[in-house]
Amino acid sequence: MPILQVDGLTVEIPTEDGTVHAVRDVSFSIRQGELFGIAGESGSGKSVLTQAILGLLPTAEISGKVLFDGRDLIGLPQDELRRLRGKDIGMIFQDPLSSLHPFYTIGAQIAEVLHTHETISRQDARARVVEMLGKVGIPDAASRYDDYPHQFSGGMRQRVMIAMALIMRPALLIADEPTTALDVTVQEQIVALIDEMRREFGTTVILITHDLGLLASVADDVMVMYAGHRMEYGPAANLFRAPAHPYTAGLLRSSPANYSPGADLQPITGRPPSLLELRNACVFAPRCAEALPACASATPPLRVFDDKTQSLCWLPDGARRQPATEPAARVHAAAAATVAAPVVEARDVRLTYTIGSFLGHKRQHEVLKGIDLTVHRGETVGLVGESGCGKSTLARVIAGLAPATGGTVSLLGRDLTSLDRAEWRQMRREVQLVFQDPFGSLNPRRRVGSIIGDPFRLHGVAAGDARKDKVRQLMELVGLNPEHYNRFPSEFSGGQRQRIGIARALALNPSLIICDEPVSALDVSIQAQVLNLLRGLQRDLGLTYLFISHDLSVVRHVCNRIAVMQGGKIVELADSETLFAHPQHPYTRTLLAAGKTPPQMTGERVRNLMPTTEVGP
Amino acid sequence: MTRFILQRLAFGAVVLLVLSSFVFFLFFVAPGDPARMIAGDKATEAQLQQIRTNLGVDRPMIEQYATFIGRAVQGDLGYSYRNRQPVAEIIVRRIPATLSLVIGAVVLWLAIGIPIGLMSARHPGSLRDRLGQAFILVGLSFPTFVLGMMSLYLLYFLPKQAGFTLFPAGGYKAFSRDPLIWAWHLALPWTTLALTMAAFYARLTRGQMLDVMGEDYIRTARAKGLSERKVVWKHGMRAALTPLVTQLGADIALLLGGAIVIEQVYGLQGVGALAVQAVNNQDRPIIIGVVLLGGLFIVTANIVVDLFYVLLDPRIR
Repeated sequence: MPILQVDGLTVEIPTEDGTVHAVRDVSFSIRQGELFGIAGESGSGKSVLTQAILGLLPTAEISGKVLFDGRDLIGLPQDELRRLRGKDIGMIFQDPLSSLHPFYTIGAQIAEVLHTHETISRQDARARVVEMLGKVGIPDAASRYDDYPHQFSGGMRQRVMIAMALIMRPALLIADEPTTALDVTVQEQIVALIDEMRREFGTTVILITHDLGLLASVADDVMVMYAGHRMEYGPAANLFRAPAHPYTAGLLRSSPANYSPGADLQPITGRPPSLLELRNACVFAPRCAEALPACASATPPLRVFDDKTQSLCWLPDGARRQPATEPAARVHAAAAATVAAPVVEARDVRLTYTIGSFLGHKRQHEVLKGIDLTVHRGETVGLVGESGCGKSTLARVIAGLAPATGGTVSLLGRDLTSLDRAEWRQMRREVQLVFQDPFGSLNPRRRVGSIIGDPFRLHGVAAGDARKDKVRQLMELVGLNPEHYNRFPSEFSGGQRQRIGIARALALNPSLIICDEPVSALDVSIQAQVLNLLRGLQRDLGLTYLFISHDLSVVRHVCNRIAVMQGGKIVELADSETLFAHPQHPYTRTLLAAGKTPPQMTGERVRNLMPTTEVGP
Repeated sequence: MTRFILQRLAFGAVVLLVLSSFVFFLFFVAPGDPARMIAGDKATEAQLQQIRTNLGVDRPMIEQYATFIGRAVQGDLGYSYRNRQPVAEIIVRRIPATLSLVIGAVVLWLAIGIPIGLMSARHPGSLRDRLGQAFILVGLSFPTFVLGMMSLYLLYFLPKQAGFTLFPAGGYKAFSRDPLIWAWHLALPWTTLALTMAAFYARLTRGQMLDVMGEDYIRTARAKGLSERKVVWKHGMRAALTPLVTQLGADIALLLGGAIVIEQVYGLQGVGALAVQAVNNQDRPIIIGVVLLGGLFIVTANIVVDLFYVLLDPRIR
């Protein structure tokens, strides 16, 4: 008997704008002890689905059937659901810092679960918490019981969350993006820990993530969701090797890992639909490259194949799958770079902060410990490393936004420290930045036209209609509709906002564009669009990029050379392919080993359609 | 920790010193001759000169200031121009009334404001929320003196005309003599002061709780299976408390320095009423004394709030 069986689950959330159809008629079943993966981009309904099951969305209207251990959870009184939560079903979330209460010790927070669900003395509870903390790999658990969440590192906090979720030995653990906020090497440890706990306690795990590589490596069965619908469902191995639904195939095609480095990505075009309206058609049809006429006019049927995969699609034989494209003619930047003039040269750059108030005692904090880095015209240099390694700080120093406390940075042959005010202004035109968070880095109260036009205004380059024309050209260049000149940033999607940021950076023809995690806040399909744009612009305009990212497959895809940073130092610097093929430094090897990539798609026909009378709703 | 407290105390002392010199010099350059005020219009120039010498106001400004500070740190704030009594003594006599007013009102406004704010925040958009918000709007819109006059009219004057006494018109009766009489006399001032403040605290609580209840750790608390009451009080309220404590510290200090309007309306002989009388009488030593007292309360409250922060938030320990 499956431990969790969901039939025709539909979740509707009333909001001020109308009813959000967050989950539409989703069914799946999970066997005892299985690791079940739910994949999907933001807004796909994957988190809403699990929270609705547990009664964590009080305003939502939920219909369908959810059998947990034979008991239907839908319509269960809130009080009984509450008893299930924490006891029979544990949960862990994305950001372990914000998910733990900052004012209580971690021990007390875990013990609270015990006190809620059983009668237990304080001493016994403490002993069990300490034992559990030891099991999830917190060293010296007994003495760390009384520590607060801020005294732990990100990975340790997630271990605490896991201990909290598993302390009652629940039958089911729901892990909602448990590794997204963590560094690559820590991600791997956390996934391994979840897997180990599952084997030790026999816990069934639902792993919700947008990371297909992660799912491919650990999941038994996988469900792919899009706009609230279950697009594809089946054993992970079959599903990732040979996706039946064009959306799954598109997602895999959007991941740079599925390409030879340097090739143009084939992203899913367009963007996800609004969840406010219900239409009698396939939700993915407007973005689908293989859409048939029927797709836009009728809800697709459920195709069941003989290898247990199921796909909600009109295509009788499933999606066209082509393996990764041949490497496109690569921009000969790598070759040219050796002869091209250097744009930026950093020599033994150091940065030390002094911490402490003017009354308190002072401490020195060394962020950059002697960086040597040269970026040549026309090339892309990647900067990789885990959070806190100093890569963003280095970017700020090179951009002239933070003065180095030692060493020299020269831009186009001029030492940054020797510039007077006028030269400084001139220099500001030469280096531009594109930031990570496309939501936070644009002023929400200014129109897009004036945001992109700012560089022209600040440097007195163009005014009036001339400026307007230039801005429109830039918008065209980055793939924005120039008619949207007068709109506000909130009217654009994440990917479009990143395009706004890129247009602004391009305005003054800078010698160097520093991209600080430009795609990490974006969904995979949107990420591929932006990466293609950046590469296309480089090809057409001969741009030079310093590209900061924690995502190795992205860096490998766009960069000619890669610098690996650790603890304020560059530990390895090499050609991308050399670095991936023959990593020298042990830390580089750790990073490479930790990165999970989805398996390569196969081009062969692997399954047959099962005769079925079942037709989708 | 000790270091932190010492730092804060030293800083507080500096603030009071700056405040005292500011007030002192402000009154020094202000027009008006204290001698003339004390002696009246008929006094001769010789008499006036005698008074000036007695008061010490004919000395150089710096010397006067030094004497003033020297005495002030020993608790001697000089003598009232009016009745020649020590300023410190006059002020201390006024403190019980103000203190009684403030303590009672604080308890009352917290007891009204926080539950209303909580109720509003827990069901945003509901009827209960709208009722709570209506209370906030009404409470904040009524000036204290209007509320005071209204309650005096409805609860004192009208019953009086009808021939019975529901509440007294005001005045302060010492707690030590009869706590019931004390409370009966303060009931109207307490309510009047508390209603406006309760509206303010309801708004603050509502805003804080709305923020906090959207936090990830609240979701965690629910995922643990805690009862809603524990989620709200133990996890939600605990996190929303810090800004409330800050505001409360500042408000108490401000009111202890003189709840001027309320004391006037209800004829309470507190520090606020004293300040008004002193200003009317141009009684400089008393004005300076009241201002310094207010400053002392605010500096102390800030130190206490800082210490509370350290207790409340483990992250800044």
